[in-house]
Amino acid sequence: MAALWTLSLLLSACLFWPACLALTPPAELPQPHNLPPSLGFNSSDGSLSVDLPMALRVFSVDYHHVQAPFEIVLWIMLASLAKLGFHWSGRVPAVVPESCLLIMVGLLVGGVIYGVRHSAPPTLSADAFFLFLLPPIVLDAGYFLPGKLFFENLGTILWYAVLGTLWNVLGIGLSLYGVCLLAPSSLGDISLLHCLLFGSLIAAVDPVAVLSVFQEMHVNDQLHILVFGESLLNDAVTVVLYKLFESFLRLPSVSGLDVLLGGCRVLVVGLGGLFVGLFFGLVAALTSRFTSRAQVIAPLFVFLYSYLSYLTSEMLHLSGIMAIVTCAVTMKQYVEANVSERSKTSIQYFLKMWSSVSETLIFIFLGVSTIQDVHMWSWSFVCSTLLLCLIWRATGVLLLTAVVNKLRRNTVTFRDQFIIAYGGLRGAICFSLVFLIDDFPKKRLFITTTIVVILFTVFVQGMTIKPLVELLDVKRKKRALPTVSEEIHSRLIDHLLAGIEDVVGYWGQHYWKDKFEQFNKKYLRRFLIRDDHQAPSSILRVYQELERRDQRGDEEAPPLVDTRSDSRPLLPEEMDSIRRILSRNLQNFNNKTRAYSRHTLHQDATMDRTRKPLHRHQSLGERYTFNTQGEDGEFSGSRRGRAGLSRSHTVCSMSPRPVLQDSSVPGATSQTRGLVDPKSSAARKEQISPQHQAPVGRTPKKQLSFVSESEKQQ
Amino acid sequence: MGFNGTSPLLDQRGELRPEDFGAIRELSMNPIGDRIISAFFSPGKETVDFASFVRILAHFHPTETSRSRDGVQPEPANSRTRKLKFAFQLYDQDRDGKISREELLQVLRTMLEMQVTEEQLQSIAERAIQEADLDQDDAISFDEFRKSLEKVDIDHKMSIRFLS
Repeated sequence: MAALWTLSLLLSACLFWPACLALTPPAELPQPHNLPPSLGFNSSDGSLSVDLPMALRVFSVDYHHVQAPFEIVLWIMLASLAKLGFHWSGRVPAVVPESCLLIMVGLLVGGVIYGVRHSAPPTLSADAFFLFLLPPIVLDAGYFLPGKLFFENLGTILWYAVLGTLWNVLGIGLSLYGVCLLAPSSLGDISLLHCLLFGSLIAAVDPVAVLSVFQEMHVNDQLHILVFGESLLNDAVTVVLYKLFESFLRLPSVSGLDVLLGGCRVLVVGLGGLFVGLFFGLVAALTSRFTSRAQVIAPLFVFLYSYLSYLTSEMLHLSGIMAIVTCAVTMKQYVEANVSERSKTSIQYFLKMWSSVSETLIFIFLGVSTIQDVHMWSWSFVCSTLLLCLIWRATGVLLLTAVVNKLRRNTVTFRDQFIIAYGGLRGAICFSLVFLIDDFPKKRLFITTTIVVILFTVFVQGMTIKPLVELLDVKRKKRALPTVSEEIHSRLIDHLLAGIEDVVGYWGQHYWKDKFEQFNKKYLRRFLIRDDHQAPSSILRVYQELERRDQRGDEEAPPLVDTRSDSRPLLPEEMDSIRRILSRNLQNFNNKTRAYSRHTLHQDATMDRTRKPLHRHQSLGERYTFNTQGEDGEFSGSRRGRAGLSRSHTVCSMSPRPVLQDSSVPGATSQTRGLVDPKSSAARKEQISPQHQAPVGRTPKKQLSFVSESEKQQ
Repeated sequence: MGFNGTSPLLDQRGELRPEDFGAIRELSMNPIGDRIISAFFSPGKETVDFASFVRILAHFHPTETSRSRDGVQPEPANSRTRKLKFAFQLYDQDRDGKISREELLQVLRTMLEMQVTEEQLQSIAERAIQEADLDQDDAISFDEFRKSLEKVDIDHKMSIRFLS
């Protein structure tokens, strides 16, 4: 019921706004025919006015003045309302991926505008797409890239990205040319170079589309990183091939030397983008080191430098996507160590927000731009393109995987291969690239075909891939939390493998990882991080994460097999728990960046109850041992508490509480109250009750939940 | 450091000593380097010959899942159980078949080095033992060790593709 109501609200909003748009003459669009004359431009400053001659205008509307930003805001508003409505619409999100729905909304809006104005609605200009809409999405993807997994699979990803794209481009281009030769009547004037150009832009897997579909699917991490990494890295190849074929089209003739130069260009574009990104990433890390006195603008540097790296590489005709991804990956660990907790949260949240808006806008514009005057249809061309795309991708993946499986430790199974092949979605990049082609007679055909392919892949493949994943029983993402013992033993095995590789003299993965870590520790971290304390080990992070979850009574925390009873006097325990609470209130928990997706952000919000305490220097918190900063007097008490943290922690974790007497419990809690308030004014009161739950065992939880209830009653 | 032919550190009988391993620089920087070295030597022996060396390294051969297992054949060196046993023995220096709390603490101390206080170490070790210890004897036996790692893909983690 509510869903219907919101949907209708959304639709009316959508319809109201384009009517608005249609009635006003924007500068870049052709003049509408059906404007009533009274709304036309009368006066020199273009203001609408009641026709009072020579009198003071009490009320006037000046749309022209605010037109451009007004329209941009309205588009973004439309996109956001559509997204909102989508999530409220009941069962639809489970079946239809968000991208499909947004395209449909775009189609609707485009249709309305076309109907009202009888001319084409505004299209997505390639410049706007590449300069404004694409960078936030790629930056978000790069920032939250799971680094370890990515580098472990880097060889395979590059293999798919470079060779796979080449295979697809050449295959589709050449076979399309064959199709054109077979139907000379309708398609005779499409040359080989045109076919190759078309192949180069249609073969590329699109990161935006892949992201939006795969994030809702929760396949296993390895599969996800393979598809996603490939879609990111194939940009270099695509860009080069596209520009290559375009310049070939302009040249009078093409020689073998040009082809060779084209090959070199791939290397230059890819590596160049990489180095530009590296440079800007390091500079950003260095800048963030000095932001301690102006913490509010620290997030801005992250965005500015990334965008700068993108623009620079676009200026030099290098791969912008590679630059921005490298920049994000490089600067992440140093920036996060340098900036305050709030800045870190701001960065993450803003990234998610911008990329979300961008993605929504892209899909809506895809829908709107479909409604055009410029379509040219040819059954043979369109159908053969679709078919060839599928066939070439499937064969490419099969062949490449057969080769790469011999060199990998983890083989890519057939099911994974199928998903990789099937998940090759095309998106807005193809769309923008096709608009950039120099005009030639069959350009409209290319545009139509591109749109059809995009719509097909997004709708058909996007909608069916989820049921297919379930049908084929593809390995899904591991939901369970890692346990501390798992983490410890995994680390041990990592060290062991590194040692064995040293013994054998084999420069394997562990060897390089170790080497990089040492280099990182010795030079980079010291240079780029202010007050570098050693990065908390993953063991420590997992342990803290688990403790935090236990405190919140999270059901997913692995149960502790602990039924040992220990008789200790009550009061020191309470003192320890008080100290523990004190230090918890002021502790930094978010060491591990959870790679949450913006599609599940609302679920995260409910879990994210622990309020961050008052802004303080980043060195407090998880740096247990090297706490040199003691700015305020109020924090010194907490430091003492924190030193006692571990011991009290040990105490509490080792012993489940004996059955507490009712009388003693409220006494303890009032004591807690009394001590907590003056010591940590920063802490909010509601933190006390959830944190008063013991981290251990089931029985203590029951008892202390009683405590928190009684607290609430007081 | 290749064993035969290239290393000048071999003595004439073709055997290795702990000092030869110590010459590998990266190994000495490894937190558990000394444990790895001692894992090559059988308890009590001072040297390891080529055959034993290779036998130890055979643990790290990638597991072949297709190999059929009949009960008669002895378990291959690179099976999952043997790999886990090797890792287990890195903890269990006194070879009593259990990882005591003290042994776990020692390993943790070397791995976490300067990052944590003693109390934190205690609580991490405590938690690890609690998670794994099913029979409440305050130590981790091999079976408990194996169970706690059942979700981890040991076969792939502990393999080096050089012995093919």
